[in-house]
Amino acid sequence: MSINDIQRRRFDTLIIGAGGGGLRAALQLAEADASVAVVSKVFPTRSHTVAAQGGMNAALANVLPDNWHWHMFDTVKGSDYLGDQDAIEYMCRAAPKVVYELEHSGVPFSRLDNGKIYQRPFGGQSQNFGGDQAARTCAAADRTGHAILHSLYQQNIRAKTHFFDEYFAVDLLKDEQGNVLGAFVFDIHTGEELIIEAKTTLLATGGAGQLFRTTTNALINTGDGMGMALRAGVPLQDMEFFQFHPTGIAGRGMLITEGARGEGGYLVNCEGERLMERYAPKAKDLASRDVVSRSIYTEVKEGRGCGPNRDHVMLKLDHLGEAVLQKRLPGIRQTCITFLGIDPAEQPIPVYPTAHYTMGGIPTDRYGQVVIPVKDTPEEPVHGLYAAGECACVSVHGANRLGGNSLLDILVFGRSAANHIIETLKETRYHRPMDEDSIAQAYERLHRWDATGDGESVEQIRTDLKKAMEENCGVFRSQDVLDNGVKQVSAIAERLKHARINDNTSMFNTARVEALELENLMDVALATVYSAAARTESRGAHSRIDYPDRDDKHWMRHSLYSLEDRKLDYKPVRTKPMSVPSFPPKARVY
Amino acid sequence: MPATADDSELRWRCRRGMLELDIIFNEFLDKAYSTLTHEQKDLLDQMLDYPDQLLFDLLLGHMPSADKGISSLVTYIRDTIRP
Repeated sequence: MSINDIQRRRFDTLIIGAGGGGLRAALQLAEADASVAVVSKVFPTRSHTVAAQGGMNAALANVLPDNWHWHMFDTVKGSDYLGDQDAIEYMCRAAPKVVYELEHSGVPFSRLDNGKIYQRPFGGQSQNFGGDQAARTCAAADRTGHAILHSLYQQNIRAKTHFFDEYFAVDLLKDEQGNVLGAFVFDIHTGEELIIEAKTTLLATGGAGQLFRTTTNALINTGDGMGMALRAGVPLQDMEFFQFHPTGIAGRGMLITEGARGEGGYLVNCEGERLMERYAPKAKDLASRDVVSRSIYTEVKEGRGCGPNRDHVMLKLDHLGEAVLQKRLPGIRQTCITFLGIDPAEQPIPVYPTAHYTMGGIPTDRYGQVVIPVKDTPEEPVHGLYAAGECACVSVHGANRLGGNSLLDILVFGRSAANHIIETLKETRYHRPMDEDSIAQAYERLHRWDATGDGESVEQIRTDLKKAMEENCGVFRSQDVLDNGVKQVSAIAERLKHARINDNTSMFNTARVEALELENLMDVALATVYSAAARTESRGAHSRIDYPDRDDKHWMRHSLYSLEDRKLDYKPVRTKPMSVPSFPPKARVY
Repeated sequence: MPATADDSELRWRCRRGMLELDIIFNEFLDKAYSTLTHEQKDLLDQMLDYPDQLLFDLLLGHMPSADKGISSLVTYIRDTIRP
């Protein structure tokens, strides 16, 4: 098909991504009578939100005393003071309303005997600004994400949201002034291309856990929205902050919950030593996630890892006995039996840190508007472009996300972005004319993969990228390691320019989809490793062995990585909340 | 050889929201898809329309399926991917 024959469709709003953030926004818009298109590369209810089992935080005070201001304090502290306090206040204030909206729309939250929503305690939650443990997490058993996603999808169908299921978004489209006017997409089934013209576009494409070899993230989490934003000239913010969970199944990535160590499990090296006694003599196996992750890495690096390649350590649970495991940790037992063929009641589990959550992303304000620095203004909105959820950096998680705040983030800011879009649509009566060059660039990017001839395989380059990221931009960071990461990832990015796929058909050409996904991952990898190499301090998830302390004087600021010249810039943290005094930075001690 | 469109479509339907399901389906297709009977292929097709949470519960042994055919396919998948 020639570029001139490509069909065009017009909508008020285009939403790319159909997880919780995208669907929450779509619903708000459809109910306000906007015409909404949702483009998703997989069927919407197969989005990664479905994997969020823990729940969402809201200060309902159903179990223990609580209020939004305590929730705000915990989130600011958890972020290691890199979170923007206006956005955090907004989120914590909005949380109860968002939970009640979900309750009214049929999400089956677990209940207390008195009929109120049950709330469980999670790490990092406190009463009275750092006092006793709070209980703030609302959950629908262990399937909260699934319940929310299905409820939102059904409501969107009823509200007549237009779904483009199994369509892949190649790039954002703009006019000559840089206003975002929609996207160039194609149908994965037929290969047919489509230009979606939209007065407003919302990116809600989720995280980028596939950057790393060992991750809890599904295969779909390839940072597509982040890649599109970079190519559209939007920098990515705070990409050096990636949350790792210490105990993933080695080589596989799936999570073994902290509950396993909470129940008395402990880590051992190849010599059978309880390794955490060396690194955290007091807290031992219950030390914080980053400490446990780095300890495992150090054991492996120093040759005390287990297995034929000495590339992991072991989590021992067998001393707890079969009855305790079956009663308290049945899910873990089944996971190990399924994926490892071992029963943790009899044998230890091989574990290694696993990449879990992307704190950084596309910079937005609390209305979901994508904001970029223009001359002396650090945050100028990009007209027509919004982002929400894990692909965005609003920034409520700062340097470290608290458990129970990710589902909250996607729902609060999906809704907030939609409300702003509704106002924008009132002032935007017509579709602006597109810059044809913008369409041509997206078309060329897609059709570059039609080229035949010799070239390296996408699969090999992806494998090498994930390995390089894990070894040089994982839990153990120093200048040497990160500089090596910059060098290695840059070299791998160069190789991708000459890669080829061996399929140039149109129908279900998933090789081409995977090549486009890898291009997105590659740009996000460069953003991550460049930002990490530049930040010479330890803060939250970015933990440097050569700069072990937080340095508020020089580094209480957000990183901004631009694709053009791989340039880094910085902007101040928004320390002024909406209505309450700021929480000044303090040592983060639990 | 490039994959056929049908093979690719099946693989794409196996892209799920949970890593555990991605791993199970991909390993199963690699190891055993060519050995499946028409009846088993139809059952797999039916199963791929299930919600992710239900697939997770079935394939990780958290609950059995009431459907005999699906139940036997689940057992076959679990046996095939077990290391």
